[in-house]
Amino acid sequence: MKQLVQASIAIIVVCLLLFFASQSLESAGSKGSKDTLTVYNWGEYIDPALIKAFEKETGIHVIYETFDSNEAMYTKVQQGGSSYDIAVPSEYMIETMIEDDMLVELDHSLLPNLKNIDPYFLDLPFDPGNTYSIPYFWGTVGIVYNPKMVPKDLTFKSWEDLWDERLKGKVFLVDGAREVIGMGLNSLGYSLNVKDDAALDKATDKLIKLTPNVKAIIGDEITPLMIHNEAAVALTWSGQAADMMWENEELDFAVPEEGSNLWFDNFVIPKTSKNIEGAHAFINFMLDAENNAQNADYVGYSTPNAAAWKLMDEEVINDERFYPDVELREHLEVYENLGLTWLGKYNEHFLKFKMNLN
Amino acid sequence: MQSKNRTALIPYVVWIALFVIAPIALVLYYSMLDLSGNFTLANYQNFFSPVYLKMTFTSFWYAFLITFFTLLFAYPTAYLLTRTKHKQLWLMLIIIPSWINLLLKTYAFIGIFGLYGPINAFIEVFGFNPQQILFTDFSFIFVSVYIFIPFMIIPIFNSLDKLNPSLIFAARDLGASSWTTFRRIVFPLTIDGVKSGIQVTFIPALSLFMITRLIAGNQVITLGTAIEQQFLVSQNWGMGSTIAVFLIVFMVLTMLVTGQKKKGGRV
Repeated sequence: MKQLVQASIAIIVVCLLLFFASQSLESAGSKGSKDTLTVYNWGEYIDPALIKAFEKETGIHVIYETFDSNEAMYTKVQQGGSSYDIAVPSEYMIETMIEDDMLVELDHSLLPNLKNIDPYFLDLPFDPGNTYSIPYFWGTVGIVYNPKMVPKDLTFKSWEDLWDERLKGKVFLVDGAREVIGMGLNSLGYSLNVKDDAALDKATDKLIKLTPNVKAIIGDEITPLMIHNEAAVALTWSGQAADMMWENEELDFAVPEEGSNLWFDNFVIPKTSKNIEGAHAFINFMLDAENNAQNADYVGYSTPNAAAWKLMDEEVINDERFYPDVELREHLEVYENLGLTWLGKYNEHFLKFKMNLN
Repeated sequence: MQSKNRTALIPYVVWIALFVIAPIALVLYYSMLDLSGNFTLANYQNFFSPVYLKMTFTSFWYAFLITFFTLLFAYPTAYLLTRTKHKQLWLMLIIIPSWINLLLKTYAFIGIFGLYGPINAFIEVFGFNPQQILFTDFSFIFVSVYIFIPFMIIPIFNSLDKLNPSLIFAARDLGASSWTTFRRIVFPLTIDGVKSGIQVTFIPALSLFMITRLIAGNQVITLGTAIEQQFLVSQNWGMGSTIAVFLIVFMVLTMLVTGQKKKGGRV
């Protein structure tokens, strides 16, 4: 008994010590909120040299943290444990965050470089007038494929090519309900944001016909697996495709012409921010043509910054696969926030499709 | 003395209330809420739709296969271990892999089973074409069995180790063949170890979810996958909790079936 008590006391003391140590470390990190800035971004999504340059230019110390899904980011910002000054959610999540009153209204007078952004990417339905968000990168959902591993006549200009019998067991799909169900809807000519049970049923039936071709439905593991030619074809985001093509030059990317998803990741300032002025300075810094071009070059995604395009490699900017022209963009759709009821239905259909795989 | 015992019980009661009863009560409560937080039983109704029934069936089937193969490999291994000279050392060597993070081991298997991985390289030496191993039932069951084997071996090893060897000598002296000795003496006396081994394998195997995606590429969908999706993607806590309630029920049933029956006195 005595030993038990001693052991318990020892454990409690160690826990308390660790707790206070982590507390003091954290407060040391976020002390003097005027001269620090906490940026909450996706992994591998910024050129670290730019953070250094920003710190040097403004004297603000940047704390950089990363997340791997919009939902995870949402939960952490909502809990309010850390004082994030900048976050980078995707468009449908911005809608949710605006609804839940989690974002600070932006002061456009502090963002003179906003003029650099191509007007096409401003004033979008998820945030009219860019009251809360500034576009950071954008892209599409499409098909990355290895031309050496698929029949020559398949160019994936159409979603139908995925259903080709010769692709049996050669296709990876990304594990996202909206991407996969969206592909089914697009291939039938429906909108990605359709709220119609009949359309969803038809899309799911069509997807079930695709199952013999599907090798696996996985997440970020798609990138290394495609780089190593484990499969011939994968449905994925353009940014991820760019990463794969950087490593494996045999790969090619196509956005089917029937339409697809157009996505945006945007800077926002959550209400947890303690350095709103510094956050504006950071956004403005990243919008600067030169900095933006450097960042886009490093990250490899498509930037909406028209001034930066002029400074970038022409080959990159004219690459229709990653910078589709306006005409093609007309066929692309931005995800709308479906609401929980319809989001649930999309997921039920996705689950039904997955159940038919085996 | 009596009152002292009662005070000593307080931490356990608090612990059980906080970490066992409260969570289960919360899961039950959430399972009866719909998306907008109204009281409903629709989630339970939904669970009896073909999609979830089929999923329950697959979960059970794969959990059964995993437990079966784990037992098939674990029992002889544990048996041989008790016969070796440095049995604690060998047992240690078998347990060490379970110290390594599950995710790391799983990722390692992606490389090993890949089209250009070592196994296919080995197959090619003999002039065969590379086989698709990753994202099949085989790879899923193989990796799961690999992960669960140490947990099955330990209880079986312990019960075999405690077995009084004179019982075996007596059986042999009385003319039992080695098979009869095993069937009538060794196995019945170690059945409790087997039962706890089955519990620690079957119950977690029912709700596996990460391996279903990484190794089976979602070709295998278990109830665990559905719970993950309901909570993280659909944000439908009600439906996720409902599936969890059914899992709890299934687990209790498993415990009852494999539970140790007290048959007066101890073995």
